[in-house]
Amino acid sequence: MKAFYPFLAVISLLSIAYAGVGIFGMYALFGAVIPYTAFLLFICGIIYRVIVWAKTPQPFCIPTVCGQQKSLPWIKADNIESPYTRAGVIGRMALEVLLFRSLFRNDRVELRDGGRLVFSGNKFLWLGGLLFHWSLLFILMKHLRFFTEPIPAFVLFLQGVDGIFELTIPALFITDGLIIVALTYLFLRRVIYPQIRYISIPSDYFTLFLIAGIVSTGILMRHIFKVDLLEIKRLSLGLVSFHPVVPPGIRLAFYLHLFLVSVFLAYLPVSKIIHMAGVFFSPTRNQMNNNRMVRHVNPWNYPVKLHTYEEWENDFRDAMKEAGLPLEKNE
Amino acid sequence: MAEELKKPDDLLDINLSPPAQGWMETTPTFRKGTYCYSAPLKHQQYLELPNQREWQPHDADWKLPANWKEIILDGMEKLLKKHRSFRLFLDICVRCGACADKCHFFIGSGDPKNMPVLRAELLRSVYRRYFTLGGKLFGKLAGGRELTVDVLKEWFYYFFQCTECRRCSVYCPFGIDTCEITMMARELLNLVGCNIQWVIEPASNCFRTGNHLGVPPHAFKKTLEFAVDEIEDLTGIRVDLPINKKGAEILFIAPSADYFASPHWFTLLGYLMLFHEIGLDYTWSAYASEGGNFGLFHSMELAKRLNDKIYAEAKRLGVKWILGGECGHMWRTIHQYMDTFNGPADFLEEPVSPITGTRFENTKSTKMVHIAEFTADLIKHNKLKLAPHRNDKWKVTFHDSCNPARAMGLFEEPRFIINNVCNSFYEMPENTIKERTFCCGSGAGLGADENIEMRLRGGFPRANAVKYVKETYGVNMVACMCAIDKASLPPLFEYWVPGVEVAGVHELVGNALVMKGETERKTNLRGEPLGE
Repeated sequence: MKAFYPFLAVISLLSIAYAGVGIFGMYALFGAVIPYTAFLLFICGIIYRVIVWAKTPQPFCIPTVCGQQKSLPWIKADNIESPYTRAGVIGRMALEVLLFRSLFRNDRVELRDGGRLVFSGNKFLWLGGLLFHWSLLFILMKHLRFFTEPIPAFVLFLQGVDGIFELTIPALFITDGLIIVALTYLFLRRVIYPQIRYISIPSDYFTLFLIAGIVSTGILMRHIFKVDLLEIKRLSLGLVSFHPVVPPGIRLAFYLHLFLVSVFLAYLPVSKIIHMAGVFFSPTRNQMNNNRMVRHVNPWNYPVKLHTYEEWENDFRDAMKEAGLPLEKNE
Repeated sequence: MAEELKKPDDLLDINLSPPAQGWMETTPTFRKGTYCYSAPLKHQQYLELPNQREWQPHDADWKLPANWKEIILDGMEKLLKKHRSFRLFLDICVRCGACADKCHFFIGSGDPKNMPVLRAELLRSVYRRYFTLGGKLFGKLAGGRELTVDVLKEWFYYFFQCTECRRCSVYCPFGIDTCEITMMARELLNLVGCNIQWVIEPASNCFRTGNHLGVPPHAFKKTLEFAVDEIEDLTGIRVDLPINKKGAEILFIAPSADYFASPHWFTLLGYLMLFHEIGLDYTWSAYASEGGNFGLFHSMELAKRLNDKIYAEAKRLGVKWILGGECGHMWRTIHQYMDTFNGPADFLEEPVSPITGTRFENTKSTKMVHIAEFTADLIKHNKLKLAPHRNDKWKVTFHDSCNPARAMGLFEEPRFIINNVCNSFYEMPENTIKERTFCCGSGAGLGADENIEMRLRGGFPRANAVKYVKETYGVNMVACMCAIDKASLPPLFEYWVPGVEVAGVHELVGNALVMKGETERKTNLRGEPLGE
């Protein structure tokens, strides 16, 4: 049931775009006003979130250590999992962001008969997550061909590699297939595994359905409801050059796609998708494990009530004297 | 309590699949054996805590202040502004579930709210409802929920069912650390006076006397003198016992359980023998007679209040640097917080071992060295004469304590020491050691008697790994470097894997240490015959 309302929400969004463009013909609204607004919300939203995090102090140095610390010279320290230099931190973050290092460590625990705990490797989430994010990145970079003239060589190269199996015309992209597989996996695991189903909330499903909607409208307009790419490029170049033109004759499928993308952009800063910016701020990952080497300062540190040595000695003076312990004041 | 305790087979009837009903629709029942009692009034008063009163978690009425909700929400706003970790960890979780089966309390209990993601969600849902646009507009659809007394009780139940071990943060793709969330939740609960005895009483004792057990200075001296006598009986050597000695080179700080509890006591004997043998110019302090910091399980402020005495005493005594004993959260405090709380320690010198000349460059700011680093360096430089066969009675494994493991990265030093003082050492399975180590189930102030069932459940994954090496290699001794472990592992193993003992690393050092002029040793430090 937690998936039902989010599903309905995405269907409603599609209906809005369908009605707006298909029935009422509000091309300017859906082709320019909404995309501009969404992009503005996206940019301002991300900047706002990042500023809030950046302005919030991290009073203590609390890296999670996953390897041997730097200590005695003859003990080999792990500068990636327990970074003690800036390069180590960069390496750790790069592995985390590009290859999902922590997820790679994932294992599954099972309680077998006789009370035995058995740990087995569990790399599916890592693989699914990696496929999804890298496919998305490839697809986004390929979209640059709509916003650039001339098209940069690397975009053409990516497109060539991605469509290397020329199974259909136009070529079916590998990443399109992969992202569908990954999204299906990410959805199914939320539904099938009782633990994951239990922790999921409606916004988790909404995010998945929204991205699935974007991907499927994109694939549909490439292969089924074929749209005129040159016209679309006119529109997108118009948008990025702030001279919006809405060329006639772009088919509805494109507006459905564009509207969902707009919703996605506007939704991103207020949703969990903001993890894409947040991960860089994670203190357990981006701090150095050099706490005893270098002092970390708490900007809001304040004096607290203490029990000083003098007060303590006053409390116990007689007993200390009797026990022969040295005293500061031997009155 | 003991007679109500289930047998291991019954306790193992764990269902890791959550119920059909959603988690927002359930409220906790305070079932005996799974929660801790509240702090006694006199200790609330001594520490001047808010909303002082007599109450118990199983009472229907928690005697909260009339404006409790405002206090909590106001406190939450302040914490959000003071800790980036807090705000960020509430913002960026995608509920991927990688952490779900990583928590020892979840594995041992099957209670879905012990999944780290959901534990945090208990707080996150309230954050969303009151502090985010989506939650204010869409409420439950956006994962928000109202703050009610039931929610507050749920916080108490589950945030005092988290040992702040940070195992989940190792697996989180964003490094979300449930320990941080738990610390913030406990700070919030403390604002309305919801504490547990096993945090507040040790903290109050520590503030008053200098140590958790409330041992006054004269008794402290007496107990250390007992240890000196015992060593004389064992070795024929009378070791030095410097206390509050001004101008000593090094101040030594240990967890107070080392001079009172068992098997900690044997570790204490090990320290004293080692320091005497190498002729260390050091001192104990009766004022700073505790390194462990139960304030850390209450609030940053209390942690700072308790930690202050270490530097203050080092300054008063005029030592050059500080050496620290075998303790878990004491080392989390020292490694990650002390210098920030109470530094800079610019009145001390950069630590150098007076025996080997080694400069401990990794401690040049805090000026505090872990005894495992110190002893490993001694052994590496051949400064100790060791007879590892004296530990032949034991087939040893090593339990990485959560804090030295995941907050420091102290992995190889203790293993190097053990391999030099024992002849047979076996590792537990790799998913359960080093950064993946499992908690004993009693950390963060949860080592009480009344929640023994939850402690046994939480310690089950650790015990299970020990059972594996016992059955595979015949392991009969678990070495560790944490006072809470030494207190909580023996009953844990007695329950889940009988026949396995627990020792500090420096107990094994003390056994193997050949002292100049010692009489022939017939027994180990426990007074048991040497050998098989």
